[in-house]
Amino acid sequence: MSDLTTTQPQSNIHKLSASILKASGLLWVFLGLCVVAALLSPAFLNPANLMNVFRQVALYGIVSVGMTFVILTKGIDLSVGSILGVCAVAAALLLTGGWSPWLAVVVVLLIGSGLGAVNGIGVAVGRVPPFIMTLGMMVMARGLALTLANGQPIGLKDAAASFAWLGRGALLGVPVPVWIFAVVAAIAIFVLRYTPFGRQIYAVGSNEEAAHLSGISVNRVNFYVYVISGFLAALTALIFVSRLTVGEPTAGTGIELEAIAITVIGGTSLFGGEGGIFGTIIGAAILAVLANIMNLVGISPFTQQIVKGAIIVGAVLYEMQRKRK
Amino acid sequence: MLLEAISKGSQTFDPTMILQMAGIAKSFPGVRALDGVSFSVRRGEVHALVGENGAGKSTLMKILSGAYQSDRGVITFDGKVVALPTPSQMIGLGIAVIYQEFAQAPHLTVAENIFLHRLPRTRFGLVDWKKASLDARGYMERLGFSVDPLARIDRLSVAQRQMVEIARALSRNAQLIVLDEPSAVLGDNELQKLFATIRSLQNEGVSFIYISHRLKEVFDISQTVTVLRDGKVVNSTATRQMTTDELIRSMVGRSIGDYFPARNPKFGAVVLKVTGINRGKILKDISLTLRGGEIVGICGLAGAGRSELLRAIIGADPIDNGRIELHGKELTIDTPRKAISLGIGFAPEDRKTDGLFLLQSVSFNITISRLRDFLSAFRLDLGKERKAAQDFAARLRVKTPDVDARIGNLSGGNQQKCVIAKQLNAKCDVLLVDEPTRGVDVGAKREIYELLVDLTERNGLAIVMVSSDLPEVIGMCDRILVMCEGRIAAELAKADATEEAIMKHATIH
Ligand SMILES: Nc1ncnc2c1ncn2[C@@H]1O[C@H](COP(=O)(O)OP(=O)(O)OP(=O)(O)O)[C@@H](O)[C@H]1O
Ligand SMILES: [Mg+2]
Repeated sequence: MSDLTTTQPQSNIHKLSASILKASGLLWVFLGLCVVAALLSPAFLNPANLMNVFRQVALYGIVSVGMTFVILTKGIDLSVGSILGVCAVAAALLLTGGWSPWLAVVVVLLIGSGLGAVNGIGVAVGRVPPFIMTLGMMVMARGLALTLANGQPIGLKDAAASFAWLGRGALLGVPVPVWIFAVVAAIAIFVLRYTPFGRQIYAVGSNEEAAHLSGISVNRVNFYVYVISGFLAALTALIFVSRLTVGEPTAGTGIELEAIAITVIGGTSLFGGEGGIFGTIIGAAILAVLANIMNLVGISPFTQQIVKGAIIVGAVLYEMQRKRK
Repeated sequence: MLLEAISKGSQTFDPTMILQMAGIAKSFPGVRALDGVSFSVRRGEVHALVGENGAGKSTLMKILSGAYQSDRGVITFDGKVVALPTPSQMIGLGIAVIYQEFAQAPHLTVAENIFLHRLPRTRFGLVDWKKASLDARGYMERLGFSVDPLARIDRLSVAQRQMVEIARALSRNAQLIVLDEPSAVLGDNELQKLFATIRSLQNEGVSFIYISHRLKEVFDISQTVTVLRDGKVVNSTATRQMTTDELIRSMVGRSIGDYFPARNPKFGAVVLKVTGINRGKILKDISLTLRGGEIVGICGLAGAGRSELLRAIIGADPIDNGRIELHGKELTIDTPRKAISLGIGFAPEDRKTDGLFLLQSVSFNITISRLRDFLSAFRLDLGKERKAAQDFAARLRVKTPDVDARIGNLSGGNQQKCVIAKQLNAKCDVLLVDEPTRGVDVGAKREIYELLVDLTERNGLAIVMVSSDLPEVIGMCDRILVMCEGRIAAELAKADATEEAIMKHATIH
């Protein structure tokens, strides 16, 4: 074997295609699933249905991008659903309180990031294990959402019209949430691949001590991933409220599990340091199509849960097998 | 094909051999690690296995332990062909492999570690703790170590832990014990103890395979030596009939002239000045000065505070008091991040836990501590990064299919070269290195030495080098500090530095 092959740096494209290739096993699973869906129910290929699937992918996908950042650092964020709830209520309160939609959007995004920042401080500075910190936040934020809303959904009423674009609008025939997801995913891919911060996320996730000794501010990285996760939960909340024209304090319940499942199915390792956004996008698509088929053929929501749970365990099992080789 | 191989194996069966491996081949993606290796161990002998980094030594041993499956080849142990080796089967046959990074449960006791999964039971099926600790003590005493069997593993020294591993092997009636670079973590007197243990077990009929990059040990302990190069056996003879020169030549394929590069240092101004550093009971009143272009060695027994001193300087551990001046300016360095930004690099001793990101690529590891050179307008220029990583890898002769390979798949010595490359990429002007050549083969050692000397002479880099390898410290350093129990016990000029002098100051008196 030669000491070092002297291939020229055709790196960018080469590496990019390599990471797509890694996710391509999943891509086949996804395409296979689509074929099965089309065979099982002709309604699947109906444009309206497909738009629905896309919208679903977008909504869960945005939260899952944040979750991917967190899991890459070997963390976990159980509080995204509750943060989403707080933000949904806050958005409804601000809009019905007569705030301009633009200002309301900014404030809600700040609230989500702020709650994420509390997680980040707890994990990075307080050294509270992520599971515990975000579990606490999950309970607290849900309580906060219920308190703010007095336990009742808050309808947007007159404000609904001026706030409809985000969740129900379309651009060039594609729903706005899908555009938002595309932008979020593109930025996330860029950050992870082409910025020092992205590298540092992988470094912290693969070996915190080595990262520290390599001059990486581990605290800073651990802090920011939770801020990002909170921010994206807030963004999702805005789309929710716009779509449903109501801010529900229970909005987003259980979405953390969905996001974790998507991330893990997408091949991001729960042990940190491995994985990425491509996988997460496909993971979101797989789960959305799966849910859609089961709805179309009339499988009960209860049975759907059983299937979903089994798939999550299966995905992790597969990963462990692959690792052992 | 299997049948043919088996019959071939039995044809050449030799009853004086405890182990015969014939025609073993193993490939990984892009790497042919073993290419038809035949390797036999005589009953009761110590058989040394040597070769460059990446030659395939560890891979061969992993096949022997059942951890990897070979692509081809036959293993015959104690006269019987082992068809499809699995780890539990190999343990059952009496083969014990003790890896350099041995897997112990740090929070369990000595007894629990020895009998892990096989603790003796009472009539009622409960663990018989009394018998467990009695037996454990028995095994440890047989090895000449008296350790409390109820002591927690993480309270023991590395040498004692290694003995626990050997005790575990004995408790499973091991007939063949493999030691993969055992000396890398041992001091000199601990090594002598290990040798004594090996010799006495040898008298009881246990056979050993001994892997090491320190050739002196090979001559001290082994009866037979086998040299691997690029996955092939290139030499296998009685150690008595070997010379060091011949051994090196068959390992690296050429002679290595002077072992240490000639040095004509030009010392510059004082770069780093440390005055009166204290940290609990670990560091006591440490002072040192370092001039540009100088290589200062730090010696001492394990636990003397050598690594802790380096960690204190770069801000990885907090200090109680003391001053650090860099280029004449007093500074507080409270994080490694700050140290790196000030131009102080640190290559830690334990590459797996502190030095590397094993999941990531070679190039990721080399460039991570200084990515800003590859930034063009907020965006990493991946091509430029890759080029830089390739240059470093080529300069240090890192053996890897390419720089995108996962660093965890590289052999130990090649990983160590990447640790050094990482510091070079960080462009420091003070470099603190902890055991820079641990697990590195002779050829690569020489390359690292040349590199360090070159950096001091050409770039005026100042180096502090901690090492347990005394010839290395004496051969490389302009000045040697000897540490003992957290203090600097002596400072020796190059002319006065002998192994005896260093050991005299290093031992407690
Ligand atoms: N799991 C793996 N995946 C891919 N390549 C591997 C793997 N394990 C070993 N290799 C490759 O096989 C070759 C032999 O490695 P091995 O670890 O056996 O070397 P070694 O002789 O023990 O070296 P050292 O002295 O540095 O420990 C190396 O080129 C290494 O990169
Ligand atoms: Mg090895």
